[in-house]
Amino acid sequence: MKVYYKTLRDLPREELFAPGHRMCAGCGAAIAMRWITKTIGPNAVIVNATGCVEVTTTPYPETAWMHPYIHVAFENSAAVASGVEAAIKTLKKKGRWDAGDSKVVVIAGDGGTYDIGLQSLSGMLERRHGVLYILYDNEAYMNTGIQRSGSTPKYAWTTTTPVGTALRGKVQWKKDIMGIVMAHRVPYAATASVAYILDMVNKIKTALDYTEEGPTFLHIFAPCVPGWRYPENKTVEIARLAVETGYFPLYEWDHGKLKLNPPSNNHLDKSKRKPLKEYLKLQGRFAHLTEQEIAEIEKELDAYWEYLGKLTQL
Amino acid sequence: MSLPKASELPIGAVIPEPGSTRRNKTAGWRTLKPVIHDDRCVRCQLCWLYCPEGTIVEIKGVFKVNGRTYDTKYEINYDYCKGCGICANECPTKAIEMVPEAP
Repeated sequence: MKVYYKTLRDLPREELFAPGHRMCAGCGAAIAMRWITKTIGPNAVIVNATGCVEVTTTPYPETAWMHPYIHVAFENSAAVASGVEAAIKTLKKKGRWDAGDSKVVVIAGDGGTYDIGLQSLSGMLERRHGVLYILYDNEAYMNTGIQRSGSTPKYAWTTTTPVGTALRGKVQWKKDIMGIVMAHRVPYAATASVAYILDMVNKIKTALDYTEEGPTFLHIFAPCVPGWRYPENKTVEIARLAVETGYFPLYEWDHGKLKLNPPSNNHLDKSKRKPLKEYLKLQGRFAHLTEQEIAEIEKELDAYWEYLGKLTQL
Repeated sequence: MSLPKASELPIGAVIPEPGSTRRNKTAGWRTLKPVIHDDRCVRCQLCWLYCPEGTIVEIKGVFKVNGRTYDTKYEINYDYCKGCGICANECPTKAIEMVPEAP
């Protein structure tokens, strides 16, 4: 990651994401959207998959976006972005593009990336289109009423994985989307969190620069107030705890090298991580967990960190 | 309000006016209202950084508070604040207080 912004004073001041949108009070994705639009600057085309952000920011005939913006369907945001990027490239070659160096940015939720849009994402990555794909991960289909997705963690309560005597929340583990993206050998892929804005904006800028070479990918962790069942003022606190407990490590994949970013770079040593319970106990979706189930999640997390440790030695 | 004729409408669901959700003031969503106590504010910018709506406004100028001079001041745009309270939760000096809205 290249450092473009050293302190908070260097951050862009101009707001490019209009208020008045219908995202919930305390929405983690709203913080992410505000900083994505600020960082990419005005010269960009935004392609949005269906999801919370699309539904809440563009209630016809109003829009919160101030960029050229296109929404088509749930499953084809990456395919649409491929077309936009190819069109810009061709128009540039013919000398008919006078907007300069315009970027193409996809914004999609976890449903539109992990499940429904996976094939178009894979196609875009394979064809090496110079597009920045941003995934904001709130770990379920939130705007349709909290249904489980491929991103929902094990034992989390959702409306389709209710908690009772037969079922203890979701049965399966969370899908490793970063592993899937890294397997496409993209130039740059990274994870970021809304609690670490400086880290996030530097990663967005770096990823935008690398779109000259090919596709780049960002996985942004965005807590959801109604779906995760916590008070709306705790959004940033929960996002920070997710990183500090090692549940959501911050790392980047830069041309085949994996590097952990602060504060996750210290977390390979388990004693430096906060106990996972601190992260889980704040959320109502994990309120039913027993000590045994927490121990099981912790064991899986330790195995994940071991895997990450091996990747950093590549 | 006069509606355009069908022939005057652009084809498809095109929204020609950027940032038009500004017409929808979300102040009515609030039950608690954040109030910044300027004497306790140390200008760390965290409220401005984490506000999901971008309602914390940075004002440039010379501000003398308790014998210290600052070049910025933070104010809240109450037209759009949804009252989530992230700013008050993140404020390191507890300079932001959440007070109930007047009925």
